[in-house]
Amino acid sequence: MLESSEAFVGQAAAGLADAGLQRALAKAKPQFVKKRGGAVERLPEFEALRDVAAGIKDHVIANLDYYLEVYAAAVERSGGVVHWCSTAEEARAAVLKICRDAGARTVTKGKSMVTEEIGLNDYLEANGIEPVETDLGEYILQLRKEPPSHIIGPAFHLERAEWEKSFREHHKDLAADRVFHERRDILTEARAKLRSRFLAADVGITGANFLIAETGSSVIVTNEGNGDLTQTLPRVHVVVTGIEKVVPTIEDTLALLRVLARSATGQDMSVYTTFSTGGRRVDDLDGPEEYHVVLLDNGRSGMVGTQFQEMLRCIRCAACMNHCPVYGAVGGHAYGSTYPGPMGSVLTPMLRGIEAAGHLPNASTFCGKCESVCPVKIPLPNLMRHWREREFERHLQPRAMRYGLAFWAWFAKRPGLYRLGTRVAAMGLGFLGRKRGYFDRLPFAAGWTEGRNFPAPEGDTFFAKYSAMQREK
Amino acid sequence: MSRAEILGAIRRGLRRGELPADQTAMLAARTSMHRRHIIPARGKLDLAGRIDLFTHYAEREFATVARLQSYDEIPEAVATYLAGQNIPPAVVVAPHPALQNVPFDMKPMLDVRYGVSGPEDLVSVQVAFAGIAETGTLMLPSGPTRPVKNNLLPDTAIVVLPAEYIVGCYEEAFDTLREAGPMPRNVMLVTGPSRSADIEQTLELGAHGPRRLNILIVDG
Repeated sequence: MLESSEAFVGQAAAGLADAGLQRALAKAKPQFVKKRGGAVERLPEFEALRDVAAGIKDHVIANLDYYLEVYAAAVERSGGVVHWCSTAEEARAAVLKICRDAGARTVTKGKSMVTEEIGLNDYLEANGIEPVETDLGEYILQLRKEPPSHIIGPAFHLERAEWEKSFREHHKDLAADRVFHERRDILTEARAKLRSRFLAADVGITGANFLIAETGSSVIVTNEGNGDLTQTLPRVHVVVTGIEKVVPTIEDTLALLRVLARSATGQDMSVYTTFSTGGRRVDDLDGPEEYHVVLLDNGRSGMVGTQFQEMLRCIRCAACMNHCPVYGAVGGHAYGSTYPGPMGSVLTPMLRGIEAAGHLPNASTFCGKCESVCPVKIPLPNLMRHWREREFERHLQPRAMRYGLAFWAWFAKRPGLYRLGTRVAAMGLGFLGRKRGYFDRLPFAAGWTEGRNFPAPEGDTFFAKYSAMQREK
Repeated sequence: MSRAEILGAIRRGLRRGELPADQTAMLAARTSMHRRHIIPARGKLDLAGRIDLFTHYAEREFATVARLQSYDEIPEAVATYLAGQNIPPAVVVAPHPALQNVPFDMKPMLDVRYGVSGPEDLVSVQVAFAGIAETGTLMLPSGPTRPVKNNLLPDTAIVVLPAEYIVGCYEEAFDTLREAGPMPRNVMLVTGPSRSADIEQTLELGAHGPRRLNILIVDG
């Protein structure tokens, strides 16, 4: 569980200075964009489906209490158990109780951001139960005791050499002089190591991409098959997920699935999309005997009816961070939060408070790319702006920034004075910088000039030029 | 209790109490209608077109596809495929009625066991409930004839797909599944063999599920 969003500024600087991370980002960024673009191009209906997807989620949120009750009743009809949990603490305790009742020593885990959100692994370990992450990326992060840096590519910040080093350090039973000829050899070693863990686990924990009210099903989407082994082999399957994941019908789920993989990895469909409904049936040949759903609120219900309600539409595809210039520059760990990037910058202040996470909604250029690729059309820049307003209202920013903003606002509300002032400033700076054409030092602008030169203004201000143009017409 | 707390918080946010009966009736009607949303045009084809589209997308996702005239050709197709991949000729075959009368004894070198895959089994043979042309996806619902382990544990999964079961979109496959009875415990939609791009964003096949997916489309 990552909780250091207070330190964003320093962590962002560290990310910028991390040569390995910068290489990984340079490699991944164009891939993210290109893959999604290709998948969207192959589906002419994609744009229309974004509206459909947003509409389905809005419909659910407007009736969330109803659909949750229908969903819970359907789970119980199919022999499953629903554990309603208001807080992270309750959810952790619910999972621990299920594990203890099952006499569990080890649990395998499919990839789940909600279990990251509630810090489940540390809690289980402290209580004598060994959690084993089985998603390849999550597995190496567990070995390295690192949090994920991306919600769907948790370890994309690691280079191949780091994978090899960690595997040598942790897989001591294998020949120390073994050679990893290609990436596949790393994958093969993880597969062999984890196979025995899958077979030995007493409980399997997965997340859910969707919960279907009609059938009481949970849906997971993976490419590796680790989530499926996790929910098929152990005697007990536990789904840990958020209340906003519920959708009315299979048809609604299918519409959302059509935008999910395309937005996330640029696949038309992920390799495994699996619907789980209750425990093993009388004539089934395999599958878990017990099926539990730990339904987590953790601040989500508090977003209903607020300016942040639209954030509940999020389907956790990661398109926003994949297209974000800030995320692409500083990486995921800088955010100091389970959820990085634009969606995390809206969600984290909700989960941890604006006092702790105020930097995150400010870490945006408001270029709008995140909103333009969001499969459920969440107005992310707007929601970040709401947080900035709240932060300002609550006097949480440094004094210099508040005074600066107040000073600017005073001018901006007086257009005549503003234009005169900017004109005088532009002409003055133009005069002073006329020889070199730039400034390498300026009072009050050290933050700018430390990194790059400030160009000297040439000619008049925009407003002056614009009115001159209008007169010429 | 948390249930009441969560539902109460949602209702406060929505500025209303529990939904009145007429509104819950409307929502229940919406759910039971199973109304479809936009269906991509690309799957709306006749059977021959659907088979071609299914093959195109399955192969695009690194599955291999072979076309057979009848179930009798399955043993030959399985043996040839395994020999070509240098895989020992031993398969665990799902206890599905369509596979009961396949003449595996035509291939005496092929070791055949009917049942559920264990960790030691390298190759499984399964029958798909449907193929979905839209994305080259197989539908594999669990039940007495279709063990989930056979989809996951072996290195190589061979799936028999009757040509007539190939539909255009997911919705059609789920309609057929609804007609067949209550929702099975597990319904897998499988598109290609297992993979991961977790190491340096580079795609590698064969993560935790099968490394190879061989689909046999059978006409007979």
